[in-house]
Amino acid sequence: MSAPKEGKKDKMKIVFSTSGDNLDAPLDGRFGRAPKFLVYDLETDACEVVDNLQNLQAAQGAGVQAASTVARLGAAAVVTGHCGPKAFRVLSSAGIKVYTCAAPTVGAALALYREGKLLEAQAADVEGHWA
Amino acid sequence: MIIAIASGKGGTGKTTLAVNLARAFDADIQLLDCDVEEPNAHLFLPAEPRERTVVTMPIPEVDARLCDGCGECARVCRYNAIVGAGAAPLVFPELCHGCGGCAYICPRKAIREVPKRIGVIETFRSGKIDLVHGRLDVGVAMAPPLIRAVKDRRRNGAPAIIDAPPGTSCPVVAAIQGAEAVVLVTEPTPFGLHDLALAVDLVRAFRLPFGVVVNRAGSGDDRVRLFCAREKIPLLAEIPDDRRIAEAYARGALIVEALPEYRAGFLDLRAKIEGLRREVAA
Repeated sequence: MSAPKEGKKDKMKIVFSTSGDNLDAPLDGRFGRAPKFLVYDLETDACEVVDNLQNLQAAQGAGVQAASTVARLGAAAVVTGHCGPKAFRVLSSAGIKVYTCAAPTVGAALALYREGKLLEAQAADVEGHWA
Repeated sequence: MIIAIASGKGGTGKTTLAVNLARAFDADIQLLDCDVEEPNAHLFLPAEPRERTVVTMPIPEVDARLCDGCGECARVCRYNAIVGAGAAPLVFPELCHGCGGCAYICPRKAIREVPKRIGVIETFRSGKIDLVHGRLDVGVAMAPPLIRAVKDRRRNGAPAIIDAPPGTSCPVVAAIQGAEAVVLVTEPTPFGLHDLALAVDLVRAFRLPFGVVVNRAGSGDDRVRLFCAREKIPLLAEIPDDRRIAEAYARGALIVEALPEYRAGFLDLRAKIEGLRREVAA
């Protein structure tokens, strides 16, 4: 896996954790072990779905690798249900903003984001699974 | 001879068997307590620790001035313990298995390995038993390096009993590797059988000679006995569900000392375990 810094950051790209592949799909409460990531371009309204299957089955470090994937995609922000300490460390060191929310669908979370109703997380909101 | 005492299920009597077998041996023997998350053999063999040694494992340290962010270290790490996320990679020591792959692969020699403390080894002497155990530090999840360090204390040629941790995952693999025979302790219950079957799969994968000991025999049913017969697994011994054994255990006493009538059974078990090895050698 190559270093995430290769991905050029696009301020208009945000990533949602999800189990589906469109805006009606549920927002997945997990970050590292979400089945998929939906990459949304705020400028063009284009969607891209990225598989996270490899991390779904990882014995450990799923959050670390998922954060690495998001960084490589060049996203500026992540909207998910919860974010653990290791994923948060990787995301913040890559300068990616993290928003946690309980919106039922990706579309609902996107609406909240657009309305500026999501608060940027300053730290992980759940415990890590190892140590 | 090196005998490993293992089980799928926890709480079946591995330590009870290990300490009593060691005492019944009645000659110099090493007892290696490899259940490093909760070593307990010493509770039955009261003695002051003779020696305590800190055990470390190597984890990577990145020199940000030398790193060019190529990401090779993150690519080679299957445990996700190092991840490139900017100028220099981030290290997650709690995920690291200490293989050294990242330091080896780094083209800029920007990674060196530094020791991280994971626990201690303590040694005890009780009668003719030399007890060595590992004690993993609180908050450390990586047991196998400490288990291997405990096993490195084995004296060549000396008989040894390994008290393995429960389960069938990496710590158990680290504990039973190199054993000449494995004893799987179980209880005659549905849970006992379920986890025994997993443990049987594990020892078969390692092609180690093994047999089964049923503890608290009479408390459940005969499903373990039927399983062993069907699978052609030697049933080495059955320790009865005797309240006096539980009482001795609760006091921290040894069965072979508190209830001498069981001594012959442990000696017989030892002979059968040695027979396992011979069968394979033959």
